[in-house]
Amino acid sequence: MENSIRLSEEQITQDLLPQKFGKLGMIWVSILITICLVGVYAYYRQIRYGLGVTAMRDYVSWGIYISNFVFFVAISLVGSLITAIFRLSNVKWSTPLTRIAEIIAVSAIVFASIIIIVDMGRPERFTNLFLYGRLQSPIMWDVIVIGTYFFISILLLYFPLLPDLQILIKNKDKSGPKLNWLYRFQGSFWKGTPEQLKICNKAINTLSILIIPVAFTIHTVTSWLFATTYRPGWDSTNFGAYFISGAFLVGSGGVVVAMYVFHKFYHLEKYITDLHFDRMGRIVVLLSFLYLYFNVNEYLVPAFKMKKSEEDHLAELFSGDFSHMFWFAIFVGMIIPIIILLFKKGRKPLPMFIVGCMIVVGAWFKRYLIVTPTLLHPFLPMQDIPANFRHYFPSWEEWAITSGSLAGALLVITFFVRIYPIVPIYETITEQLESESHEN
Amino acid sequence: MKENNKTSRRDFLVSGLLAGAAITGCSKPNDFVQNQEVALTGEKVKLLSVEGEVIEIDKAYLKPVPNLPTITNEDERRGIPGKKFVMVIDLSRCKNLKKCQIACDKAHLINPGQNWLKIYPMQDSEHTAPYWQPTNCMHCDEPPCVKVCPVDATFKRQDGIVLIDNERCIGCRFCMAACPYSSRIFNWSGQDVPADIAALPYSCETSLPPKMGTVSKCDFCPDMNRKGELPHCVQACPNGVFIYGDMNTDIVSNGSETFRFSELIKEKAGYRLMEDLGTKPSVYYLPPVNRNFPFENGLENQSADDKLNTHKL
Ligand code: SF4
Repeated sequence: MENSIRLSEEQITQDLLPQKFGKLGMIWVSILITICLVGVYAYYRQIRYGLGVTAMRDYVSWGIYISNFVFFVAISLVGSLITAIFRLSNVKWSTPLTRIAEIIAVSAIVFASIIIIVDMGRPERFTNLFLYGRLQSPIMWDVIVIGTYFFISILLLYFPLLPDLQILIKNKDKSGPKLNWLYRFQGSFWKGTPEQLKICNKAINTLSILIIPVAFTIHTVTSWLFATTYRPGWDSTNFGAYFISGAFLVGSGGVVVAMYVFHKFYHLEKYITDLHFDRMGRIVVLLSFLYLYFNVNEYLVPAFKMKKSEEDHLAELFSGDFSHMFWFAIFVGMIIPIIILLFKKGRKPLPMFIVGCMIVVGAWFKRYLIVTPTLLHPFLPMQDIPANFRHYFPSWEEWAITSGSLAGALLVITFFVRIYPIVPIYETITEQLESESHEN
Repeated sequence: MKENNKTSRRDFLVSGLLAGAAITGCSKPNDFVQNQEVALTGEKVKLLSVEGEVIEIDKAYLKPVPNLPTITNEDERRGIPGKKFVMVIDLSRCKNLKKCQIACDKAHLINPGQNWLKIYPMQDSEHTAPYWQPTNCMHCDEPPCVKVCPVDATFKRQDGIVLIDNERCIGCRFCMAACPYSSRIFNWSGQDVPADIAALPYSCETSLPPKMGTVSKCDFCPDMNRKGELPHCVQACPNGVFIYGDMNTDIVSNGSETFRFSELIKEKAGYRLMEDLGTKPSVYYLPPVNRNFPFENGLENQSADDKLNTHKL
């Protein structure tokens, strides 16, 4: 924290200890719970009456569940970017952001798994994946790498939390008996001895190295769910890189939004400073350019050739039924953020927050555009089907379940922040000490 | 078709029962009579015992046996030994009568609005002549659906048929996305199944009873084949468009005519759909030349929803 005022250890601890929900927090939590409950009810209906309650039909056989799944997997990649890549490249300023990124990663990956089960016609046969799993199916690859990623992410969340748990246990008068029990259960073995610190550091370093290939794999494999088929719009060798670049972008957008919320509503201005917003802003510009680059590849190269099978698909995106959404996703999700963030004023907290929201919303619709329009352009024309098979607009159940999953992910993050310090206390203190001793 | 199907199945069960009764009757005649209290009808039936003697028992002993699966799931997955099923679809004979589709839908209890078999009005380009193209599952030798199925619910058999095990399918619909021929449909909300069919044990070969939340598609009717009959669509088409048979014996038939498969394909320049994808279909097409009917004859069967499509790979 180069420019910030020197803070005493007590001050830091007091500032960063988890805070009880205020009135606003209560309202926020109840809204999220309500949305989740509506989603659960919609899912009950889906279980009872079958996937027929969705608007998916034989041609559009994957709808917003799958695009939402891709969205969740994408946003979860940021955990590896900020925790691992920054850590290994010795980026110091990102310390207060690591836990934000990691909890976004964990909750997103959990809800990615939930939403994929929701999409299954026979969720009760989930165990068949283990009983009869066949390794040649990209779905199996996804199951394996998502599982691995989940465990590494949980550990990357847990290990750096250990010293903070010690601090939490020390300040037990600040939290109720139940939370104290939880803290003790999770971290009472941690004494903070140099030995333990060394092991912990080593473990975090190892995990940071491990998580990078795993993170790249989860999103590459997710892109292969599409790229291994013949369909126009999916049949691309570019897909893995295209998905990963998009994932880093939406994940960083998500971190920016979360940063602003904590900065503002949790009064962490002293810890998440303008400097952090500025730095994240630069990263977001870079990632937007990268994603834009892959989009140009993905759309302009096929459009140059205009193969028969691609033609209808591309025409529908550029100027047909999906054109509003398409240009919205391109402009709001990439081009306008780039323009705003290129200016120094644009990298202040509030504009950054708006840009972050634009990126996340744009990215959600982008995932929808990747999944659905392609399915509306099969190789053989649509034939012998009722009119409602020819287009797709999600039913209320699909919206409810999708919103429920998004609300659920936010709820996990909200409760995490209620229980644990979102900005690492221990690391903030040590870094301050380090920089002080440097100056002396 | 469904009626025929049912009667023949019932006949089969009765004969199975008789054989069973005969065995029991011969080995322990007294037990057989004493242990079962049934009101005798007085009507006798003659049965042939395993030893070859003719015996007589009261009709009252004939009781329906529970439906036992005749073939195990393993056998269903292996396929009929020594066969390699193919189909030839003669486009010059089709006038979109849709009899094949109706028979197929009925036999497999397919929900209204969905079909395993579709008849496409095709026109490859602006100045080429339109024609009717019935399309079912291609039973590819390199099936993209089998490649992507995570649980081996879709599988390729030795006899070339690609089948679905609806008791294993998890309903992920990856196979539907993978199939370039759009031949797969999903059971979105289930359907009313007649009690006698609902009571049958599930069979991959009949694809019955249908299961909600799983995928289905044309199964090439291996159950019919085991009975020595042609698939429902082949039987239903009055114009003999579908010619079905075994590549190993080189014999294909549409019911009234029989051909040598290799000669038919050679003489009439047979081809397969989307050859460039490398899927290697088992369904061959004969080009729409020297047609039996003008294209327009089929238009009256075309529903209002289905406009003329001019798009083909
Ligand atoms: S829907 Fe069923 S048959 Fe198709 S890929 Fe999934 S599990 Fe296999």
